[in-house]
Amino acid sequence: MNPAPSTAGGDQARGLLEAREVSVLFGQTPALRAATMSVASGEILAVMGPSGSGKSTLLHCLAGILTPNSGEVHFAGRRIDTMSEGERSALRRDQFGFVFQFGQLVPELSAEENVALPLLLAGVRRAEALERARSWFDRLDLDGLQGRRCGELSGGQAQRIALARGLVGRPSVLFADEPTGSLDSLAGEQVMELLVASARDHQTTVVLVTHDPRVAAYADHEIIVRDGAVAFTARTPA
Amino acid sequence: MSVPLTLLGLLEREPSHGYDLKREYDTFFGRGKPLPFGQVYATLSRLARDGSVVAAEAEPGAGPDRKRYVITEQGVSEIETWLTEPVAAEPHLQTVLFVKVVLALMSGRPAERYLDTQRAEHMRRMRELTELRRGGSLVDALLADHGLFHLEADLRWIDLTTARLDALAREVGR
Repeated sequence: MNPAPSTAGGDQARGLLEAREVSVLFGQTPALRAATMSVASGEILAVMGPSGSGKSTLLHCLAGILTPNSGEVHFAGRRIDTMSEGERSALRRDQFGFVFQFGQLVPELSAEENVALPLLLAGVRRAEALERARSWFDRLDLDGLQGRRCGELSGGQAQRIALARGLVGRPSVLFADEPTGSLDSLAGEQVMELLVASARDHQTTVVLVTHDPRVAAYADHEIIVRDGAVAFTARTPA
Repeated sequence: MSVPLTLLGLLEREPSHGYDLKREYDTFFGRGKPLPFGQVYATLSRLARDGSVVAAEAEPGAGPDRKRYVITEQGVSEIETWLTEPVAAEPHLQTVLFVKVVLALMSGRPAERYLDTQRAEHMRRMRELTELRRGGSLVDALLADHGLFHLEADLRWIDLTTARLDALAREVGR
């Protein structure tokens, strides 16, 4: 569905996704202060930091959910913070996938309809959308659960359904905000194994917000957000 | 835990006598295991021999040794190097790291940056172990898990200490 954005040459060097001096105010309270960071195409980046440090706000700015008060956000060479809401909405639908802490599945839909949802919203025919959705059940060890409702799923199963929904549209970037935050160690590990394996298979870039170092250790490198600023960037040497 | 470098770090604040150095060492870092006098003076002699400190003339008065020791430029540089280098990521490093943090705060150095560097070293090791457990057998995975949990415990301490640096600076400052 989604042609990958050009990542040749310059984009790779500059970063596929970049925040430049991004500041966000919630009322009088600064949530981000001139945060600057980038993630290269195909990289898995962990965004770490204490609670309330601004890491989720940074993710929301990168994903075009939140418009910063100042600074710039660039994706694949395009500035997205100045786009219209319609353009950003199309960008989120066509290029980005999302996984949140509490799956946030639609309770009225079956598991496979939940996975197919991004495709249905993008205008893919129902039969094709469901077929593509079903192909993820085997991959994510969810066989037999296609017809279940959310209330009939364990936390780990629901989170793997949410992961499938985040990946079904073959996004360029997957945004994951504490994707294992509500799971025990074993279930969280399974979600991370699958997330990383799927991202690597499809060269999906991942922005992974987590306070958990064991989760962050699945990433290629990490940044630390403290008091709304990017306090530390540890790049893995090439 | 490096006694010579710790004594050097204490000497960097101000010239001091062996007795005072021992007392400060025991207060901050001894924790039930006081430094023997013999070791203090032997260490100071070695530091003097190696050019990290110089001993002033003995002062008149009572006491076993009334020499004042002064850190040299070489000594300052040794401390600087030691504080800046991350410790190999392994369990039970807290005492060394704790000494580094306290000495950094005492001398007005950027303790937060040292903790961040250490944090990055821990994360690097955690990535290695995570990769090992992903590609290996269950035995490899369980061994890697053991290391990962220890490193995670260290990281919690590093995070908590980072969050409390201001308070710690007030407590160890004079």
